[in-house]
Amino acid sequence: MTYMRELYQQVILDHNRSPRNFRELEDANRRACGDNPLCGDKITVYAKVENDVIEDVAFQGTGCAISQASASLMTAAVKGKTVEEAEKLFRAFHAMVAGGADGQEGEADTEKLGKLVAFGGVKEFPARVKCANLPWHTLHAALSEVDAPVSTE
Amino acid sequence: MTTTVGHAAAGAFVKRKFDPETVRTDFPILARRMRGKPLVYIDNAATSQKPRQVIEAVRRYYESLNANVHRGVYQLSEDATAAYEWGRAQVAQYLNVPSPAEIVLVRSTTEAINLVAASYGRGHVGEGDEVLISAMEHHSNIVPWQMLCEEQGARLRVIPMNERGELILDELPRLLTDRTRIVAVTHVSNSLGTINPVKEIIAAAHEWGIPVLIDGAQAAPHGPIDVVELDCDFYAVSGHKMFGPTGIGALFGKRSLLEAMPPYQGGGEMIRTVTFEHTTFASVPARFEAGTPNIAGTAGLGAAVDYLQKLDWDAIAEHEQDLLTYAESKLSEVPGLRIIGTAERKISVVSFVMDGVHAHDIGSVADQEGVAIRTGHHCTQPVMDFYNVPATARASFAFYNTRDDVDSLIGALGQVRKVFGL
Repeated sequence: MTYMRELYQQVILDHNRSPRNFRELEDANRRACGDNPLCGDKITVYAKVENDVIEDVAFQGTGCAISQASASLMTAAVKGKTVEEAEKLFRAFHAMVAGGADGQEGEADTEKLGKLVAFGGVKEFPARVKCANLPWHTLHAALSEVDAPVSTE
Repeated sequence: MTTTVGHAAAGAFVKRKFDPETVRTDFPILARRMRGKPLVYIDNAATSQKPRQVIEAVRRYYESLNANVHRGVYQLSEDATAAYEWGRAQVAQYLNVPSPAEIVLVRSTTEAINLVAASYGRGHVGEGDEVLISAMEHHSNIVPWQMLCEEQGARLRVIPMNERGELILDELPRLLTDRTRIVAVTHVSNSLGTINPVKEIIAAAHEWGIPVLIDGAQAAPHGPIDVVELDCDFYAVSGHKMFGPTGIGALFGKRSLLEAMPPYQGGGEMIRTVTFEHTTFASVPARFEAGTPNIAGTAGLGAAVDYLQKLDWDAIAEHEQDLLTYAESKLSEVPGLRIIGTAERKISVVSFVMDGVHAHDIGSVADQEGVAIRTGHHCTQPVMDFYNVPATARASFAFYNTRDDVDSLIGALGQVRKVFGL
C-alpha cells in the first residue's frame, strides 16, 4: 500500500478528482490533440500565447488518474511562463518521470518542478510513464504548432 | 454433456479426474510470487501459461531433434520433420479436422486471417463486393478485411450487437446479399466473453454459398473444437492462447478451398520447381508455409494439445462456468462497478468498469496485490466505442484458476477503492 501511495500521491488524487483548467479555451491560438492508443487516453491542450508568454492554458480529455492529474498540474505550472520556460519544465519533468532514461541528461531539478515532484513515483512504474508524459508532449506539440496529432506510440 | 462452446467430445482421451489444484502444479509459473504475494494470473485471454509438458517438448526438440524439416536425407532431419508433422496432426485432431493437410501452420490467428484475406480474398472479393464481419471482432479480424476492401474497392459490413453484447442475428438476412463474398466472425469475444452462435451464422451464409471464417483464438483454450460439426470453411487459432508456445498458430481450411487458393508468401518450402522464368507451387498445406517454419513451436503446440486432450472437458466447462458465475456475483457487490458484456452464453471472461477510477489505475493497484488483469481496449476499439467507455478492466479465467483467484481480485478492488478514497 505504501508503494501505491508513491504513485498516487494526495495531490495527484486531488487533481484527478477536480482537474484545474479543464475546459475548452475559446480564444486559444495554439491547440493540439494527443492520445495514448494502448490505453485509450485522449487529451486536447489549448493555449493562448502572446509575445511568447503563455497567457492562458487549458485541457480536455479522458484518461487515467495519472494523465488527468498530470494535465491539470501542468496547466497550473506553465500558465504565465514563457514558451521557453515551459519547454525547460517539460525537460525537467521528463527527466524525473523517466528516471534519466531515454537519453535525458542529468538529474531532475526538483526545485524548479515545484508541485510537479508529486509525479516522482511514476518512474517506478514504467508502464505509466507515458500517462504522465502525454499532456506534456501534447502541450509541446501545441506550442510548436505541430499539426499532426501526438501519439505515445 | 455440459459443453459451453459446442466443443467436440474428448471422452476418448479422458484419463484423470479434473481438479484445478492438481493441474496448477503442471504450470511452474503459477508458483511464482509477484511483489511479495502469490501470482494471481487472470489475464488468460491475452495469453495462457504453459504446462511443464510444453516447456519440456520445446527443450527436448532443441536438445535432441533440431534440424531443418522436409529436406535432409539424414535421420536427424527426419526426426525434426516427424516432430513438426506430429504437431500438425495433433492440432488437426483437436479441431476434428479430417486430414492434417487441411492445417496450415502459421504464426498466429492474426497471420491465419491475413492469409485468408490476402489469398482467398484477393481472388474472390472485387469492386462492389462485400465482406461481412461482426461488431465484436478483435482488430485482427477487422483490419485485414478493411485493407482488402480498400484495395479492391469492396465494402466492409458489420453484424450489429445488442446492449448485452450478443450479435443480432435477425439482421443477417439483410446483411447477407448476393454481393457478400466471405463472412468472418469470432467464435468467442475476447473483450465481452460472448459465445457466438457461429453454427447458425455459418448455416445462414452457406444458404447463399458464402464461405465463413471463424476466429477461434478465444474458443480453443476452453476445449476441443469440431470444425466438421460447425461446417466452417476456415478456422483460426493461436498456440499461445491454448497453453502452447508463442509464435505458432494454425489455420484450418477446407481442402477444396485451400487447393484453389494462390500462395500467400513466396520462398523456400512452398515450391515444386523454380526456374528464373517460372515457378510451380507445392500442394497444400506446404504451399502456404514459405520459409523454415517454427518447428520447435509446433512441437510445443503438439504437446499442448496432447496435454489438453487428456483433460476432462465436461468437468472443466462446469468449473469455468462456476468461476464466471462466482466472479460476476462477487463483482456486482463492489459499489460503483459495472460489468460490460452480459450475454446469455459467456466464456469465463469478465470485463468491467468502476465509477471514478480509470481501468489503468485499477490495473496498477491490482498489480501491487499480485493480481494480473488486462486493462485497456483489448484490441476491440469498436466495442469500447459501442459501450462509450475508453477502456475496461478484464479478468479472464483458465481451467487452472480457482475461486481463490476471484477472491484475490475482489480484495485488490477493495484496495483500489481505498487508494482512490471511494
